Amino acid sequence: MLTRLGVSIAAAVALTASACTMFAKAPQELDYSSTRPSASGKYRGSFQPVGDPIRVGRLHSWRLHLETADGTPVDDVAIAVDGGMPQHKHGLPTKPRVTKQLGNGDHLVDGMKFNMGGWWVVKFRVESPSGPDSVTFNLKL
Amino acid sequence: MSTRQRLAIAAGTLGLVAVTAAIAGGAAARGRWSAADRATLASLSLSSLPRLEPDPSNRYGDDSAAAALGSTLFSDPRLSANGKVSCATCHVAEREFQDGVPLAEGVRTTSRRTMPVAGTAHSPWLFWDGRADSQWSQALGPLESPVEHGGDRTQYARVIAAYYRAPYERVFGPLPTLAGLPQRAGPVADSVRRTAWERIPAARREDVTRVYANIGKAIAAFERRIEHAPTRFDRYVAAELAGDRHTPWSAFTKDEEAGLRLFIGRANCVTCHNGPRFTDEHFHNTGVPASPRVAAVDSGRSVGVRQVVAGEFNCVSRYSDARPEQCAELRFAVTSGEELVRAYKTASLRGVADRPPYMHAGQLASLGEVIAHYNRAPAAPAGHTELRPLRLSARETAQLEAFLRTLSGPPIVPR
Repeated sequence: MLTRLGVSIAAAVALTASACTMFAKAPQELDYSSTRPSASGKYRGSFQPVGDPIRVGRLHSWRLHLETADGTPVDDVAIAVDGGMPQHKHGLPTKPRVTKQLGNGDHLVDGMKFNMGGWWVVKFRVESPSGPDSVTFNLKL
Repeated sequence: MSTRQRLAIAAGTLGLVAVTAAIAGGAAARGRWSAADRATLASLSLSSLPRLEPDPSNRYGDDSAAAALGSTLFSDPRLSANGKVSCATCHVAEREFQDGVPLAEGVRTTSRRTMPVAGTAHSPWLFWDGRADSQWSQALGPLESPVEHGGDRTQYARVIAAYYRAPYERVFGPLPTLAGLPQRAGPVADSVRRTAWERIPAARREDVTRVYANIGKAIAAFERRIEHAPTRFDRYVAAELAGDRHTPWSAFTKDEEAGLRLFIGRANCVTCHNGPRFTDEHFHNTGVPASPRVAAVDSGRSVGVRQVVAGEFNCVSRYSDARPEQCAELRFAVTSGEELVRAYKTASLRGVADRPPYMHAGQLASLGEVIAHYNRAPAAPAGHTELRPLRLSARETAQLEAFLRTLSGPPIVPR
C-alpha cells in the first residue's frame, strides 16, 4: 500500500508540475532497486532481465523471483503484469505476461518493452490462496 | 619559460582557437554536451541503428532475386484496377518514397497520408495505425484496397503468370494453374468480385492467395533494402563525440545546435522521437485535429490493432514463415484501452523537412505548423492527448525547425 501510495503521490506531483513544462522530472526519492517487498509485506520480489541489459525499444524477457517474507520460494500463484509511465499517464507499450513457471520461485515474464527513456513503473499483481498482493518496481531508462 | 607557462600559453591558444571556431561553427568541443546528452546524441545517430535481422515471417526477405522481382512489381501499374496505379505512384523514389499530398491518391482518394519507406524494415508495425506487422503484409493492404490499387487476387495472379512467370518461379516455385478461375475475384469490398471469389473451391483460393502473399514478400524484399542515408546531423554527432574539428558537412549553426538542445531537452521531442530512426515505433495520441478532408471517423490504433490481430497475413498466419514464438510483438500487443484511441505511429523524423504535409492525414502543412501544434498541445478530438504545452518562444520554435532540417538526406535505394 505504501508503494502504491508513493506512486500516486509521485504521479500527482508530476501532474502539477507539468503545467510549466511538457513533463516533470521523476521524484528524487524513488527506490529503483530490483528487489522490493510487496505492498502488504507478504512477499519479496526481484527481477532480472534475461540476456542483455534493458534497452529502450527492445522486446525482451524478465525472470521474476518471488518469495515469502521468510525466504520461501513462491511458485503456484497467478501473476498479472501492469505498468507504465506515471508522468506521461500511459501504460506499457506491450502486454507482458508470465509464460512459464521456472521453479524455485522463478517466473518467466515475456513481452517486456519500454519504448522511451525515463521513469517506468512495473507492477506484478500476485493472486494466491492467501489473498491478492503486488510488487512494484521503478525503473529509470 | 617553464613547462607550466608553456602549457598555459598553449592551452590559452587552444582556447582562443576553440572560441573562434565555435563562433564560426567550426570546432567540436567536448564540454558542450553533458555525459547524458552525449549518450542521447549517440543513441540518435544512424550509426546506432542495429544490423537488420532477418524477417522470420518472410523467408525470401534477403533473397536478391526476390528483391529484383519486388523492385519491378513495385513500379508495375498492371497491379491495379485501372492499370494506372503502382506502389510507386504514391511512394515516389525521388521524393523519399512519398507523394507530398495530404491524402494519397490511388484509384480514388484515400483517408491517410502516404508514409515513407526507408528503414521501415526495422519497424514492428506498419501503417499509421500499425494494422500490419511486416513489410510484406503491409504491401498487400493497398493492393486490395478499393481506394488504392483497387484490384484483386485472381487479377494479380494472372499478371504474375503473364509477365513474371520465370522470375516468380525461380524464387517461389511453380505457379498454380489459373485455368477456369474468374478473371476478377478476391475477398474485396466489391460484391461481384467477392461473390466470384467465394465460389472458388477453398484449395484453389488458397493457391491464389499464396501467390498474392508472395507478391507482398517480393515487394518487401525490395523495400528492406531501402535505407536511411547519413545526414549532416549524423556527421555532426560523429565529430562532436570524437572531439573532431567540424567540416562544412558536419557543422551546425548556433540555431541548429540550440534546436538540438531543445529537441533532447526541454521540448521533450526525444521522448517519442528516440533512437536512430527518431521514432519509438509506437502509437501516441498527440491531439492532432481530425482532417476536414476525411468524412469517416478515424480511431487510429484502437482499430488498427484489431485488424492486425485478425489479419489474414499477420505473423502467425498460415502465409507467414515464422514460428508463433517468433511473433512476439503480435503476441504481446496491447489490444484495448483508451490510450489507443486516435493514437498514431510516431513518424521517423529522418528526412522530415522534405516531406510536408504532416501527420496521418496531412493535416499540418509545414514543419512550423507541426511545432506550433506541439507547443500549443490542444485537446484531442477523441481520446486524450499525451502532450503538455511546451511554452517555447518564437525563437526557440525556429531553432527546433532549424535542427529538424539537419536530418535530411536522400535515402539509399538499391539498384
